[in-house]
Amino acid sequence: MNTLENNVASPTTPGEQHFPPFVASDDIVALADERITHYPESKLSAVLPLIHIVQHKHGFVSKEAITWIAEKLEIEPMKVVSVVTFYPGFRQSAPGKFHYRVCRTLSCAMAGSYELMDQICEITNIDRSQLSHHHPIVVSPCGNYSVEFAECLASCGTAPVCLVNDDFHENIKPENAQDLINKYQP
Amino acid sequence: MSDIKYLPGKEPHPREHRLIFKNIDREGWDPSIDTYTADGGYEQLKKAMAMEPGDITTEVKKSGLRGRGGAGFPTGVKWGFIPPKNTKPVYLICNCDESEPGTFKDRYIVHQDPHQLIEGMVISAFAVGAHTAFIYMREEFPEAAITMEKAIEEAREKGYVGKNILGTGFDLEIWVHRGAAAYICGEETGLIESLEGKRPYPRIKPPYFPAALGLYMAPTIVNNVESLCHVKHVIEMGGEEYAKLGVDRNTGTRILCVSGDVQKPGYYEIEVGKMTMRELLNEVCGGPLEGRSFKAVIPGGSSSKILRCDETFQIGRGEDAKDLSFWDIQLDFDTLAACGSMAGSGGVIVLDDTRKMSWVLNNINHFYAHESCGQCTPCREGSTWMKKISDRIVEGKATPEDITTLEEVAYQIDGKTVCAFGEASSWPVEAIISKFRDELTADTNENNERLSKEQLQREMFLGK
Ligand SMILES: Cc1cc2nc3c(=O)[nH]c(=O)nc-3n(C[C@H](O)[C@H](O)[C@H](O)COP(=O)(O)O)c2cc1C
Ligand code: SF4
Ligand code: FES
Repeated sequence: MNTLENNVASPTTPGEQHFPPFVASDDIVALADERITHYPESKLSAVLPLIHIVQHKHGFVSKEAITWIAEKLEIEPMKVVSVVTFYPGFRQSAPGKFHYRVCRTLSCAMAGSYELMDQICEITNIDRSQLSHHHPIVVSPCGNYSVEFAECLASCGTAPVCLVNDDFHENIKPENAQDLINKYQP
Repeated sequence: MSDIKYLPGKEPHPREHRLIFKNIDREGWDPSIDTYTADGGYEQLKKAMAMEPGDITTEVKKSGLRGRGGAGFPTGVKWGFIPPKNTKPVYLICNCDESEPGTFKDRYIVHQDPHQLIEGMVISAFAVGAHTAFIYMREEFPEAAITMEKAIEEAREKGYVGKNILGTGFDLEIWVHRGAAAYICGEETGLIESLEGKRPYPRIKPPYFPAALGLYMAPTIVNNVESLCHVKHVIEMGGEEYAKLGVDRNTGTRILCVSGDVQKPGYYEIEVGKMTMRELLNEVCGGPLEGRSFKAVIPGGSSSKILRCDETFQIGRGEDAKDLSFWDIQLDFDTLAACGSMAGSGGVIVLDDTRKMSWVLNNINHFYAHESCGQCTPCREGSTWMKKISDRIVEGKATPEDITTLEEVAYQIDGKTVCAFGEASSWPVEAIISKFRDELTADTNENNERLSKEQLQREMFLGK
């Protein structure tokens, strides 16, 4: 476990208030047990589904969650860490209550998605300049919002597009950013 | 099928031939199994399961169906690669990672017509002898994951999925497996590693051709969503009839996804090769935006080589050799390949005269730098270098030599990597430089300071 203590850090963010800290609750265990049955050949295959289950409820994948997943699948915790750290879809600290993922790839960029991101940041009080390759997610000071650039969301014909949590939105012109944000009241 | 009505404003263009997208945006349509069966759904499954599995593969071979995921490999031939003496379980994987920039077709199938995919998958699994199938779904389709799982449950209740399908004794489980926002999981061996619960580092081919050594080192057939849906229609029509759609060696229909600078972006299902660039852009997509003119087209997803609208290509050999203008390109696998590009995933990105190529190139480079899995050095380092250099070009800090360096880096990736991502990231750079060298050079300045090696390295490791 020492190695995990030293290697896995989850910086605190203002988003944390919106997510319960990880515990292996009955609902999580039941969901996990069901998913594991999909992979009779190898429990390791269930690592992505289990991470999804945890992240969906708890906002991100904490050290405690990693330890639990590893025990559940009877694998080294480092195997879970290697997966969590590889995939851009997994987070190691809490996002905001409403997580905005704006597509930045070519067709969306041509249709104004960078301007859309600027607008969302402006309205939600997020410091746009903090967003970078090394800090893909920035959370608003109030913890209600966070932003991230996504790569092509496979809807280039209705650009610009974005995801807000699990909801997909298309044809969001930068000037309509406020309308979009109004849909999600903290 | 003249009785089919579509939602107002979503009617197919008269030039379309809707097979796979027949039910997309259809009035009164929903993803439930009742709607699907009321429309003749699962009849082809019944037909297929009365056939010998080998005969299904033969029909698919006769149909000439080529994969719609990117490489255009003949589907029936791929199925035939499962070793004949195999004793391991066989797996079928539906590739629904749909992440090649410019591509947006599988999305509509898995959201609106999930049972068409299930029917295609059960037929395909029966043909190749798979009893477990996975749908590898990109993480950014959360709704589709729910829709698909619900549809699988419905199909199970009706006996189309699960144990003893239609009383034939054939068993098949289908599971949805969600990815986690990594483009490389679309590459079939990266996908398999991901499904095994590891980092999705692609495997080297040979020896790891999935049909022989795939998931859990067992024979695995990986096919794109659209390809698997076509299988249903091959059974419905018969391989020979299906092959009459489209043109020689480029059969059937395919969905073109048009985005960017056109009047009417969207998805258009056409007979392969039965439409030219001119017809697609001017007729079907309504021409360029007001006061603008077409400049270039990326014809098959961002990895395909860009085509200039004023280009002429020398295609064919010997007696068949001829000049072909960009506008006369017929949209099929072989013609686009002959023009030095590819039909790829069907993602057509249109650029008009307001677009600066350095900016376009930089956007593409950012994508590949972000998505390289990092397993091999030329790709991991090269993709980031290409991004850094094109950053400098758009910031007005580049010198003309930087263009040469950029080109050299691209050629040091191309052909030297574990997976085809290397080509995917370097082809756009090679093509944009060779076709727009003057324009790119105009964005540079001889008087700009050359970055020293130390500076470059610092930028590389510390970011900016
Ligand atoms: C970098 C890379 C990304 C790919 N992404 C996808 C994808 O998102 N969807 C897909 O179906 N195929 C993708 N492919 C192609 C697959 O490797 C594979 O060839 C395809 O799924 C086979 O299906 P098909 O024969 O039906 O086309 C990708 C290939 C590469 C090299
Ligand atoms: S070519 Fe790139 S994406 Fe493919 S294995 Fe190598 S580093 Fe990974
Ligand atoms: S570029 Fe944004 S959805 Fe494809």
